[in-house]
Order: sequence, then C-alpha cells, then structure tokens
Amino acid sequence: MAMTMTQKILAAHAGLDNVVAGQLINAKLDIVLGNDITTPVAVNEFNKAGFNKVFDKDKIAIVLDHFVPNKDIKAAEQSKTCRNFAGCHGVSHFYDVGKMGIEHALLPEQGVVTAGDCIIGADSHTCTYGALGAFSTGVGSTDMAAGMATGMAWFKVPSAIRFNLTGKLASNCSGKDVILTIIGMIGVDGALYKSMEFVGDGVKNLSMDDRLCICNMAIEAGAKNGIFPVDEVTFEYMKDRCERQPVVYSADDDAEYEKTIDIDLSQITPTVSCPHLPENTKPASVLNEIKIDQVVIGSCTNGRMEDMTAAYKVLNGKKVADGVRCIIIPATMQILRECVEKGYYTAFIDAGAVVSTPTCGPCLGGYMGILAEGERCVATTNRNFVGRMGHVKSEVYLASPYTAAASALTGYITEYKEV
Amino acid sequence: MYTQGKVFKYPDNVDTDVIIPARYLNTPDANELALHCMEDIDTQFVKQVNKGDVMVAGWNFGCGSSREHAPLVIKTCGTGCVIAKSFARIFYRNAINIGLPILECEQAAEEICSGDQVSVDFDTGKITNHTSGKTYMAQPFPAFIQDIIKKGGLLASLKGGSDK
Repeated sequence: MAMTMTQKILAAHAGLDNVVAGQLINAKLDIVLGNDITTPVAVNEFNKAGFNKVFDKDKIAIVLDHFVPNKDIKAAEQSKTCRNFAGCHGVSHFYDVGKMGIEHALLPEQGVVTAGDCIIGADSHTCTYGALGAFSTGVGSTDMAAGMATGMAWFKVPSAIRFNLTGKLASNCSGKDVILTIIGMIGVDGALYKSMEFVGDGVKNLSMDDRLCICNMAIEAGAKNGIFPVDEVTFEYMKDRCERQPVVYSADDDAEYEKTIDIDLSQITPTVSCPHLPENTKPASVLNEIKIDQVVIGSCTNGRMEDMTAAYKVLNGKKVADGVRCIIIPATMQILRECVEKGYYTAFIDAGAVVSTPTCGPCLGGYMGILAEGERCVATTNRNFVGRMGHVKSEVYLASPYTAAASALTGYITEYKEV
Repeated sequence: MYTQGKVFKYPDNVDTDVIIPARYLNTPDANELALHCMEDIDTQFVKQVNKGDVMVAGWNFGCGSSREHAPLVIKTCGTGCVIAKSFARIFYRNAINIGLPILECEQAAEEICSGDQVSVDFDTGKITNHTSGKTYMAQPFPAFIQDIIKKGGLLASLKGGSDK
C-alpha cells in the first residue's frame, strides 16, 4: 500500500515493509534529545526505573538552552543534573555554556540530525528537523527516559495533510509568514495527530532557514510532525555538516492524504498572530495602530542567520523608537560569531538594540525580557498564550524578523517595505 | 479504576503554559510546581481542588509545550481524571506515560458543568454526572495503551517487559 514520506521513515525504523495510518509501532531512534528543563525530569525517571546505562551515547543530545547561563539557583541545579548525567554516561552531544545554542537551531547546524532520521525530543519544537527530511517529533520526559534506555519509542502512525506550495515569496516575507498563514487557515488543532507534508514546485524557492521555521511551528497546528522533501537545497545544507549518512525517503505518488491545501507563496503577505492563540492571524498592515513596548528577535523559530540578516537589513543605520526595548538573540554561538564578523552586532547596538547570548529566555517567559502588566511585544517566537512572556495581562504578537524589526523602529506593528 | 468528585470546567485550547507557567519550571519538584497549577486562568483551582475531582475541558486540551510537568501537576493536585473533547498529542502521550487518567468524550465535555458531581469508571469508559443524572460512554484506549496504564506507566511497562 502506498505511503506518505513520514510513513516510509516510520516503516523503515520499525523494520516493516508497510505501515498504515493508525497502526501502533515500535520504532528505532536515531537521536533522543532533551534540554535543561525536560532532561532533569527524564534523569529522575531513568534512575527511578533502575536503568544504569544509555542505549548509545552517540545518539543522545542534551542541550542547555532554556535558562542558561543559569538564571537562578534552581536553574543552576537543573543544569548540574544534566551535566552530571551527560558526564556519567559519556553523552557525546552535550552542549553547555560556551558551546550552547537553542537546540533546534543547534542540532541541524552541528550536523547531529540528518535526512531520513527518526528523532524524538523532550521539547515540543523537535518537529523542526522535518525540514531536513527526517521524522522528528516532540515527546515528554518519560518518553525521553525510555528512549535513552532502549533506543526505541512507540508511535501511532499518522495520517497526513499535504500542503502543495507554488510560486515564490515576496522579498519582505519569510517562512514565518507562510506557517503563520497556514495556522491561521487550519487552526491550532487543524493538524492534530497528523503529519504536515510540504510539497510542490514552490519548495525549491524556500531556503533551509525558511523550511526549519515552517516545520518548527507545525506543533502550533497540533501536528505530530512537519516534513519537507529532500532536494538540492537540503543536500547543499547537509554537505560537510552531517556526521551520519543521509537517507532519502520520498512519498509514493499515490500516497493517501486527508486533504491537500494549495498555498501560492507569491500571495503570502507579512502576517501577525494576535493574542492569545497562534491561529489569530491578521495582515501586519492592518495592525499599524497597535503600540508596542518590546521586540524580541530570536528563538528556535527565528534565531537563525537569515533572521539576523533580515533584522540587520531593517535596523542598520536606523534607531529603535523611544520607549521600545529591542532584544536580539542569535540562536547559536556560531550565529552570534557570524553576527560579530559581519558587523551586525555593532549595527544592532548602534540602532539601540541589545544582543544576548543564545537562550530560549523570553520566549517562554523565563528571563531576558519579561513583560509587565499591560505591555505588548512583537516577537519572532512561536507562542502567544496567556502569560507566555510574563504578566498574565501582557500581550505577545508573533511575526517574522522583518515585521518585528520594522515595528521596533516605529513603536507600532509595522509591515516592512523595502526602500 | 474509578474516580468521583467535583468538576472544574475549562474552555478550548487550554495550553501547557497556563497549566504550569514556564516561569516556575526552574524546578522538577512536582509538589512545588503543583502550587501553581492553572493559576494564570483560575487562581481558585489549587485552593479548591480535592482528591478525585474531575477537570472537564473543550478541544485541544494541553496544547503547546511538551513539558511533562503539565499532566504531573494536574495529577499531583489530586485531580482524578481529565475529560476533554480532544487532547493535544504530546499531552495525551505524557498523561498516559505518567499515569494521569484522561478520557475523550465530546458530549460529556459539552454538557457537564462546573461544580457538578461526576464519577468516572476507567475500565468501561462510563462517565456519570450525578448532578444531572446523565451518563456518557468515552472512547476506550487502544489495548496497547491500556497495557501501559495497567503496568503503571511507560517505564514500569518497559521494565515489566524486560523482566520476562
């Protein structure tokens, strides 16, 4: 029977010729991931269950990214738990301060994940790696513990929605506008339990950073995973980077999809998700009376090099509006370094922005940019739930780096227009 | 397995950030975390919940982050069961893995009101609303998942398997 791309990867990892939607399988894992918030819970479960060794020290990744450099004593204890566990079991992909980055920017950049992989991560945005043509999904800490012990995880094989992309994005739009538009169309549970498979002629016009951003927010539509086909852009990205040999899977021509949704990329406009759900999307252009207090450019969704370049294009030689705090967070040390080398760092400072070392920090209301009562933020992050970035009466508007940076300059939500 | 208690009712799309805000996630201690369960949308929940009480909600309960702390704090507060029209997939998985009983039942989630007295029989999926006198049948779990629950969660089920 014909299979989707996701189903093919799952079948191969379960040692089966064929799987169908709804089937329960046990699949081999290529990478098991955790961070400084979810790993301590997993370590506790792992020890409590009496496991004393990990299935493969080279297939586990532990990344300190949410609250590092440690924001307080409790966070320091959590980092210490991760560090001790990684040291004790010789985990090869352990990223501490100095090497750290936001996990979903870091693992692709470092070549830890590759095409054809089956990956679980105790972080909901683990779905990001679908951009490389991998099956990758978020789980909880207990699944992470079980994965670290056995190298296996159970899955219910998902059905899929196919997104047929055509055309090319306008120069003031990015992958963020694509995924926000899609979530606005199908809703925050529009792809619940399903795969979002992105196909079509338009795929070749999307950069790897665009694809990573699109797959990153598949979870915001409730999806199990998002996935792109492997093409020249993918191979170019993986070249000299991935430590394991990529395996290319593609959907059967007659694979079954629950539905197909056509997206003409040339019709996408700068899009903003208004509080308090990612599905509350509006064109940036109609929100120009919304006054803001803060801008955050960063996160696992939009802290990559193209996002920094977009921010630089908008902010270079300009000044952040009075009364606006503009916080820029390159997602990895390598991206931070490149920002320094290219002069972006200086341009950001001259514009009146602050630049942080890599952290998830403000995205989840951790630190480095918490909002007070009644404050509004335009953020390139992924969630705008009640209290997500601070006070329960603060507001987060999700947008692309172009829109966020343009809004920083005016103090109001602003559509970026190239001059 | 069985629970009976008072209902706390919530809307659609209750996310894990309101179940347990990330600002408290600098500790993995469930008892400490449980003091903040639901506080951003219901400051009374922690004060009023009693052992065995039932949470009832709309579509997509538990959407957002993968934090296992979310089902864990609901369970630690004493909640006996969550009934919703649907659950976000990671929350669903986490609830099973840590042993928080959850049931999907659209009609029950629609009709049951805040403060109602409800009992739930997990073996049969039967939900009884003692306040209205109505009963409902929830979708039973697949056998594979029932097995995980019966063995006391995912890790216990794995150990059980490896001992044989």
